[in-house]
Parts: sequence; C-alpha cells; structure tokens
Amino acid sequence: MTENFEPVIIGFTCNWCSYRAADLAGTARVKYPPNVRLIRLMCSGRLDPTFVIKALANGADAVMITGCHPGECHYIEQNYKALRRYLLLRRTLAQMGIEPERVKLVWASAAEGVRLGQEITKLVEEIRQLGPLQWPRLLAGDGHPAEIELAVEEVAA
Amino acid sequence: MTAHNPDETERIGVYVCHCGTNIAGIVNVEEVATWAADELKERGVVIARDYKFMCSSLGQELIEKDIKEEGLTRVVVAACSPHLHEATFRNACGRAGLNPYLCELVSIREQVSWVHTDKVAATEKSKAVLSGGVERVIHHEPLEPLRVPIHPATLVVGGGIAGIQSALEIANAGFPVYLVEREPSIGGHMSQFDKTFPTLDCAACILTPRMVEAGGHPNITLLTYSEVEKVEGYVGNFTVTLRKKARCVIEDLCTGCGICQEKCPKKVIDEIYEAGLGFRKAVYTPFPQAVPKFPVIDKANCTYFQKGTCKACEKFCPTGAIDFNQEDEFLTFQVGNIVLATGYDLFDPRRVSQYGYGRLANVFTSLEFERLTNAAGPTNGNIVLRDGVTTPTAVGIIHCVGSRDRNFNNYCSVICCMQSLKFAHLVHERTGATVYNFYIDMRTAYKEYDEFYQRVMEEGTLFVRGKVAEVTDAARLPGEEGKLIIQVEDTLAGKQRRIPVDMVVLSAAMQPRVDSKEVAKLFGISCSANGWYIEKHPKLDPVATMTEGIFIVGCAQGPKDIPSSVAQGAAASARVLGRIQVGEIALEPVRATVDPDKCSGCRICNNLCPFNAILYHEDKMVTEINPALCQGCGTCVAACPAGAISGTAFSNDQIFAQIEGLLMINFGLDKVAVLG
Repeated sequence: MTENFEPVIIGFTCNWCSYRAADLAGTARVKYPPNVRLIRLMCSGRLDPTFVIKALANGADAVMITGCHPGECHYIEQNYKALRRYLLLRRTLAQMGIEPERVKLVWASAAEGVRLGQEITKLVEEIRQLGPLQWPRLLAGDGHPAEIELAVEEVAA
Repeated sequence: MTAHNPDETERIGVYVCHCGTNIAGIVNVEEVATWAADELKERGVVIARDYKFMCSSLGQELIEKDIKEEGLTRVVVAACSPHLHEATFRNACGRAGLNPYLCELVSIREQVSWVHTDKVAATEKSKAVLSGGVERVIHHEPLEPLRVPIHPATLVVGGGIAGIQSALEIANAGFPVYLVEREPSIGGHMSQFDKTFPTLDCAACILTPRMVEAGGHPNITLLTYSEVEKVEGYVGNFTVTLRKKARCVIEDLCTGCGICQEKCPKKVIDEIYEAGLGFRKAVYTPFPQAVPKFPVIDKANCTYFQKGTCKACEKFCPTGAIDFNQEDEFLTFQVGNIVLATGYDLFDPRRVSQYGYGRLANVFTSLEFERLTNAAGPTNGNIVLRDGVTTPTAVGIIHCVGSRDRNFNNYCSVICCMQSLKFAHLVHERTGATVYNFYIDMRTAYKEYDEFYQRVMEEGTLFVRGKVAEVTDAARLPGEEGKLIIQVEDTLAGKQRRIPVDMVVLSAAMQPRVDSKEVAKLFGISCSANGWYIEKHPKLDPVATMTEGIFIVGCAQGPKDIPSSVAQGAAASARVLGRIQVGEIALEPVRATVDPDKCSGCRICNNLCPFNAILYHEDKMVTEINPALCQGCGTCVAACPAGAISGTAFSNDQIFAQIEGLLMINFGLDKVAVLG
C-alpha cells in the first residue's frame, strides 16, 4: 500500500434522490474529497450487480450505491429490490475474496446534500484505510486470497 | 475493453463550460478541453472547445454550428447538472438537426468545482467525468419522446376547500370533473370552522357558495359518500373504479326536506363533524348547508338495520325516497389526470398524556373549540365548559401540541399559531375571560398575519413563552381549587409558573391522513416517512408528483392554511388544463423493452414492477412490457437473467461504457484492469 493512496470510487445515484442530493451538495458548496465519480441511474433498482463488479474490475477501489430512503422510492418500492441485491452482492464479493466493505449502500433523499457529502467523506476515509483493491494478488495462484484477511459477513439475504 | 465506437463512425463534439468562474475558478477548463481533443481523439472526439457560458445563446449556437459544419453525430457538454440544462442542450442539438437524445450533459459544476478545493484533483476528476460521458454517448440511440393523448376528464379526490377549488377551476374552463368525497357532504375541515384568520371571515359564509357552485355545476359529477377503489392506467388515460356507498336514500326522489332526520328516533354522537361534542341522527346530513342535500343512513347505528324494526324515516318521507335495500354501487370511468386533495387528520392529543385530554373534562382540542365557537355548533356559539353552561373566566391555549416535538412530529403544523391567536381573540370578544397563549415560537409569517398578532396582543391576551410541562387538576396553592393548573417554564421570565385556568385548548398538530400510505399506493405516488405526499420538486414543482398525471394539493402535501390550499388547488388545475388543451403529453422515452427472442419466459421480472407494466403472455411464453405503463426505473432490466430486457437511455452498454470512461484516469496511478 502506498503512503498516499487515493482510492477511486464509483457512485451509483438515483435520479430522483441522491443525484439531486449531489446537486444540492454542490449548490450549498458542501466539500467532499474528489475520489468519487458518480453515475446517474433512474433508480437504485436499476443497479445491476454486474455494474459493481465491472467498476471494481476496471480499477475502482470501492463502489457506493445510493437510493431513496425506504418508503420514499420514486418508483414506490424499487429501492427495497436494490437492498436485496446489495446484501446478496456483498456476500458474493466476500466469496470472491473482496472485502464487502468496498461496496456501501447509502440512503440519501434529495434534501440530504450535506449528509451525502459526509457519507462520501467517510467512505473515502474507510477505503484509504483498507488500501487498494488487489485484484492481481487475489487472483494469483489457486484463486484463494493470499494476504488480505477477509471479513466475511454473515448477511441475512 | 469492450468494443467502442467500433467502426469509428461517430464524430463527437466536446464542450467544456467555464460557467464564468463557477467552474473555471477550480477546474482548468482549457486543459480539460485540450486533453479531450488529444486523448479522446481515438474515441471519436473531433472537436473539443471551452466556452465562457455554454448555456448562453452564443454557446448553443457554437454547438449548432459545429453539428452542421463538422458533421457531429454526438455531443457531450461538461457543465452543470442535467437537471438544469439537459433540455437546453438537447434542444440546441434538435435545432441543428441532431436527435436530441444523442447529447449527454455531464456535471462538472455541482459534482466537481463546487464541492472540491484541490484544483489539480478537480481538473483530473473533470477529465474522468468527461470521458465517462464520451464513452456513454457513443452508445446513445436516437429516441423520440412518447406521445400520449390526454382524456379531457379529471378526477379530484377530496371535497375540502382545495379539492373544491381545483374542481371548479377545471369545470369553469369547460371540462368534465369527477369530484369524489368520502363523507356524505363536501366541505372538509373548513366547513367545521367558525372564523378564518386573519380577517375573521365566517368560514361557512365564504365556503358554502363554493360548495353550492360545485354541487350544481354542469361539468362536475359530484360523488359523495364514495371512495376510489382502484386506479389503473397512466397519464392521459386512467381507469378509475369507485365505490359509491349505499346512502339508502334515492337521490332522484329526495328533496332534502329533512323530515327523516327530524323523525329518526336514534341519536348518535357525531364524532366527525361535531368532533364528538354534539349529536346527529342515524339518518343525517352532517350540517345544514351540506352539499349534496341528500342524507345518508348510518347503518351501524340505524335501529332498523340493527334490530329490524323502526322505519320511521321511510314512513314519514313525503316522496318515498328511503330505500333500505340500496346496495353499494361500483362506477368505472376514464380520466386523463388526477388531483389528490385528501386533506389531513388532527393529531390525537391523548398521546400527550400530561396535557390531560380525555381525562380532564375541560381540556379541549382545537377542532372541538372550533365547534364550540361556531354559531351552528352544539352550543350555538357559546364558549362554555364541558358542563354546557359555565362560561370560563380564564382560558389557556397551548401551541405545538404534537408538532415541533421529537416525541411526535418534528415539523411545524403551520396554522396553529394563527389559529391560537384567533381562538384568543374569540374568547376575549365573547367571554371577556383572561386568555393565556403558551407558545414556543410565534410564527405569523404571511400577509396580514403579524398584524393580527399585534392586534391580539393589544386586546390583552397574555403570552407565555415556554413549552407547557403539565396540565393538572391537583391544586397545591390557594386559588387553584377547582381549576386546571398549567405548569410551565416561562423562558422569558426565567422561572417556573403555575397558571390556574378554567379551560385549556390544545392546538393539535396536523397529521397525514391515517390511510395516506395506502392511498399513495393506490395512486402510485410517493409518500414521506410521515405520510405527506411528495411533490415533484419542493420549490419549482410543488403540485405535481413524480407520477405523471397525478397532482397533490392542500394539506395532503403538507400542513398549510386555507389561502395556500386554495392556491395549490388552482395551480394544479392550471397544470391539468394546460395538458387538456394541448391534448397530448410528451413523455421521456426512458422505458424498458423485452426482446421476445431472448426472453425465456422465466417470469423473474413479473413481480418486480409496482406499476403492473409487465405482462406475461401464456400463449407465447414470453413477457412483454407495456411502454405506456412503464415508468423507466429499470429494476426489471437489472433482474433479467437472460439480458432480454433493455432499458432505453440507461442501457447496460451505456452504463458499462460510462464506468470504463470514468475509470480511464486514476489519479495518475497505472491500474491494470485484469478483468472485463
């Protein structure tokens, strides 16, 4: 791990809540680290788990999934489906030898620009501690993770 | 990497906006543009410019000129949020003959320059964001907005002042309206009030003409004592199924003479209209000015329905309008738009047990007090204690009961300060009693509201700033016997006070209707955690919802006073009328579609759609999506194991490409993608 490791994080946002929260964070000049790059989806329910895998495979150190608070989904209940997929995805990642903490789900309403900024700051700090995603090492040899101790969570799917 | 721009036929124009110094102050926009021109050349970027204000007409002309002269087939603008100027740049492309959906706006203002301070990192991030946009736009397809015809009829749910206003505006413009009300009469909460602040207009005097107009309007079909059972369809073409509860009164025969109510032997406490303070009969109209004039028989309390004998109403009805065998009717009709004006419920102050409501006789709710002061109410407008005769000599009015209280509701109920001031004025005027108002903060922000506050102060009402701790009848000091004692910390005087009064009025909070969440589900709109309906935009679109064709007005959207409810009712109608006039609506073509050749008929997607847009064809063993019902969330797209469902404007290809683009630059670190 390099001394000044700066993680790259891909954030998936919902068009109706968290993307607007990001807009609001901007309007209110909330400051957060530049490590996160956002992608707009219409809904967190659109999040295909392969998007996350793809982001990690292409060099992201972590992925942030954001959606409307439970009960506030623009599409009524699709954020619950995102939650289900997220829980399964974390388990799948753990099985692949990737720390599940690299994927984080955050609920943020359109009014929560400040909170979104705080969550981003927090995640960036957590991933700085965790270090870069080490695909080559993970995939070396027999495919078993070599050095990283895995925090395999028991996730209620 | 996967194949991009495979035949390299796309010619992409990149435009980086300075936004004055908003972006250029932090991001080196020239560097970003030069970088795009050099490094993204092989991705198809043929032109990359930076410009002071891309959204200005000169900025837009720049794009239009390049599309025409350079033959651009795709445009990426790096500027502000797409929620601000996506339409601007799409229109510019459209004017130059390029399909508007081949334009992508990426945000380097809200997401970069305004939130970051490190200029180098911000410039690098802007490049990444831009390259994400460039990769994505390659996979854009030319799209056409979906055009949906608008049925000219409108459904208004809720016959309070907001709903009445909304219905009248549309009806007066010449279009049909179905006005549906759950109770036997329209009028809502306003019909229960006596005076309205700050002008002290008599509520009935200003409301009943509107009720009568709505009741007799040739364009309004008034459906009272009715509830919406089912809503199907989408903007422009909703099919509404309604249950018209049996009144047991034949409307065509009833003249509204009131003899049935006179002759009915059964008295029932009126929990709704009289707030439990007065009585009605088992056959009743809630109040004399009810619209429509036809009574209803309350089956749960009617002697005939409960015991099998009586029929006094039938016997005395001069026109034979009573029909005990009437059954609930179901009506189905089409509407193009729906206005929800379902109102509010009053917070139950029993929940604040220390205030003694329900335990101490002379603690009243605000609604009970409205009925007490109303000349048509149970005491003919006399402000008296629960015994019905004694006039109070001291009255305490407590603000913020159930509002601005973390134990109940955090929000401010908006009307309580003004309502409490109105109560103080009425007590003063009618009884000469000493009046105390216990408030946390006075909130009188609206036209002539603060002047009313000044007036009530000048009249001699006493104001105590502090949250009341307790209302009790346990006397401790001389002079407290037989009184209600209000224990409060006077935060301006800085001491605890015990104030004996005869009557306490609790200004209870406005709450969402107890069934507001079910109603939200019925109409497919979203609700806050409290249960207030969520508007499309809190400032710029306060009456529309995220569901096209459904509007929210009045207190269903949040606590508000009468003028605001009326304004919202009229505002929603203007929106509805605009659509009816145009005759059709253009919807964003963000929709899911199924490729029937790829669909295996596994039906995994079938239960995922809350809008019932997904249909399974048993005969063909494939699933199909109704594009008019689909709202474009994309949940089914993500779920399809066969990849048979594609999401227009948010396709897998587009998002994968954007991910790749965003990760092209990694803070100079040379990360190697080992997968993908």
